[in-house]
Amino acid sequence: MDKLWLIIKREYLNKVRNRTFIIMTFVSPLIFVGVILLIGWLTSINSDTSRKIAILDQTGENYVSLFTSSERYDYIILNGVSKEAAIAASKEADYYGLILMESRDGKFTGLSFYSDDSPSPDFLESIENKVNKKATENNLEDAAIDLNKIEELTVNNEIQVQDFTGEKTSKMSGWVKIAAGGAAGYLLMMFIIIYGNMVMRSVIEEKTSRIIEIIVSSVKPIYLMIGKITGTSLAGITQFIIWVVVGSILMVVATTFLGAEAFSNPANADVMAQAQDMSKMELIFNDIAQLPILKLLLCFFIYFMGGYFLYASIYTAIGAAVDNETDTQQFMLPVILPLMLAIYVGFFSVMDNPHGTTAVIFSYIPLTSPIVMLMRIPFGEIAWWEIAISMLLLYVSIIGVAMLAAKIYRIGILMYGKKTTWKELYKWLRY
Amino acid sequence: MDNALEVQGITKVYGDYTALNDVSISVPKGSIYGLLGPNGAGKTSLIRIINQITMPDEGIILLNGEQLQPKHIEDIGYMPEERGLYKSMKVGEQCIYLARLKGLSKVQAKERLDYWFERFGIEGWWNKKLQELSKGMAQKVQFIVTVMHEPSLLIFDEPFSGFDPVNANLIKDEILKLRDDGATIIFSTHRMESVEEMCDHIALIDKSNLVLQGKLSDVKEQYRDRNYAVSLICNNNDAAFQQIPIEFNPHPILLLGLDNTLDFQIKIPVGIDVPSALSRINQLGELTHFSEVIPSVNDIFIQTVQQNG
Repeated sequence: MDKLWLIIKREYLNKVRNRTFIIMTFVSPLIFVGVILLIGWLTSINSDTSRKIAILDQTGENYVSLFTSSERYDYIILNGVSKEAAIAASKEADYYGLILMESRDGKFTGLSFYSDDSPSPDFLESIENKVNKKATENNLEDAAIDLNKIEELTVNNEIQVQDFTGEKTSKMSGWVKIAAGGAAGYLLMMFIIIYGNMVMRSVIEEKTSRIIEIIVSSVKPIYLMIGKITGTSLAGITQFIIWVVVGSILMVVATTFLGAEAFSNPANADVMAQAQDMSKMELIFNDIAQLPILKLLLCFFIYFMGGYFLYASIYTAIGAAVDNETDTQQFMLPVILPLMLAIYVGFFSVMDNPHGTTAVIFSYIPLTSPIVMLMRIPFGEIAWWEIAISMLLLYVSIIGVAMLAAKIYRIGILMYGKKTTWKELYKWLRY
Repeated sequence: MDNALEVQGITKVYGDYTALNDVSISVPKGSIYGLLGPNGAGKTSLIRIINQITMPDEGIILLNGEQLQPKHIEDIGYMPEERGLYKSMKVGEQCIYLARLKGLSKVQAKERLDYWFERFGIEGWWNKKLQELSKGMAQKVQFIVTVMHEPSLLIFDEPFSGFDPVNANLIKDEILKLRDDGATIIFSTHRMESVEEMCDHIALIDKSNLVLQGKLSDVKEQYRDRNYAVSLICNNNDAAFQQIPIEFNPHPILLLGLDNTLDFQIKIPVGIDVPSALSRINQLGELTHFSEVIPSVNDIFIQTVQQNG
């Protein structure tokens, strides 16, 4: 046991002190936050370019007063020209577009937007709303109806989504769950691939540098294998914790210094809407808070360890079977295929119906269960025995797979120079 | 005599290939034991079994009279033919790690390493990474790693390959000193000069079978074959050229050298004793040299392996 501890320690320190590891660990969160800020900044730059838009109001109702030039839109008011002339002139002057309002016999008959570009639905909707609102008001006035009365009597309800216990959620709650499950599943897959590869490379390194023979003349190969997998997993956990800590610090720092600016769009938000947004945000936060966070974290940890140990065993066997990294390709399929399958099942079947047959079956199969079950958990209502069975199957299969991997490992590490085939691996299993 | 290592009836089968077939050897305490054999004969398989890297299918191994068990790992030092250390790990840290895997405490390991590093004059390498060292330098580290836990049995697989002559001598002296301090040493090699020079016992493995073992002097005795080297000055060329081929079947073919000298080897036929052969040759010319040719290990090796098939 002392020796196992020694091996774990060496493997851990070896990974953690590695220059690439250190750079990856501390630079990745910076890059992550940097990219988010960059996207925010680019978006704000994008909307800074002001667009020239011509307006021709043929109604005589002074709709042009609705349009005031801003940083983003520069309105040019045309007067006393025909529709055709206005279109020609706008085109000539290379304006972004032309807003045309027409009427007949004092009735509003047409609102059009001429443009060679394809304007965003938001923009068109905002024009529509402004003009329609004023036109409606005009009509109500003409019919001698009290505007204030209307406003007073208008009902403007927003649908409230709640679960059966009465907890309120936002309309976005489905998305929050998808995001949480997807992120957890995806993160797990990345960790399995990155750290599985790390284990595999380390096995190959010991084999090619031939130190393996010295080590196995001191300890049993199975100890070396377990020590290697464990030490590397600890390095992974270390990296994860550092990411979470550094990432949250950076997010806090970034949002404090840059304010909310980079993250909201101040240009066309009036106070009312902002307040409404706030309450919406609150609900979304509420949704996040209502996710089974503790359960999710606990399950993430258990499935991460399980999935990692399962795949790392396979990676170890592959590393032992080959002489160099380029030879690993032929054995990679059984690793990559189930991971990909799990992610696709997660993003399509689980999102579609978390309790559907496909989703349920794949959350039991050990090679896919860590990812698929993690994606199902945020949707809730998964019985504890379902999770228990899935975990049990996972951990039992780890023992089986690790034993097979150990057999291949024990023989493979002492085999040099021969290109290993599937047939050969099968033979090793029976030695 | 006390045996440090007793290998009894070891058989190891891989699939349908027999790597070792009922091999038994006895390595006396304090000996330098040469384990010889062509490539692929089964030497490495046997060494791996002694090191408990693999398990034999049949047979037992006794180390200092006790059946081999995991605790004996700490009592054996092994330098594999394919040398290897962690390339990106610092030399000192690496040595301590490997020493601790062999059961030393951290303090003990540090003490022993200080001793060896000083002895080889390589104190400055402690914080260097292995990949910064030359091949010869790395070999020294490898040697230290092999011996630092002071095992009673040391196994060197091709110990001198990769060393330059100066370092090879240094290592040779160290090995002899370890022997003098009471360690038993097994050499696995196919370089016969070093065997001749250092080993007092040998075993020859060929095609998975033990074909020969014993004290080097006894083996040589066994392989003495009435071969003698002769030098003659011939005044009467004709008599010598006619009679010697008829009576003694010399090799190489007789060729008269400068100063009328003839150098050749003969095998004295059974039934003629050495003194009468000697006097017969003396009649054919003036004898300047007559000595028995003792077979070299190389000869024995080649002869045995060829006989074997």
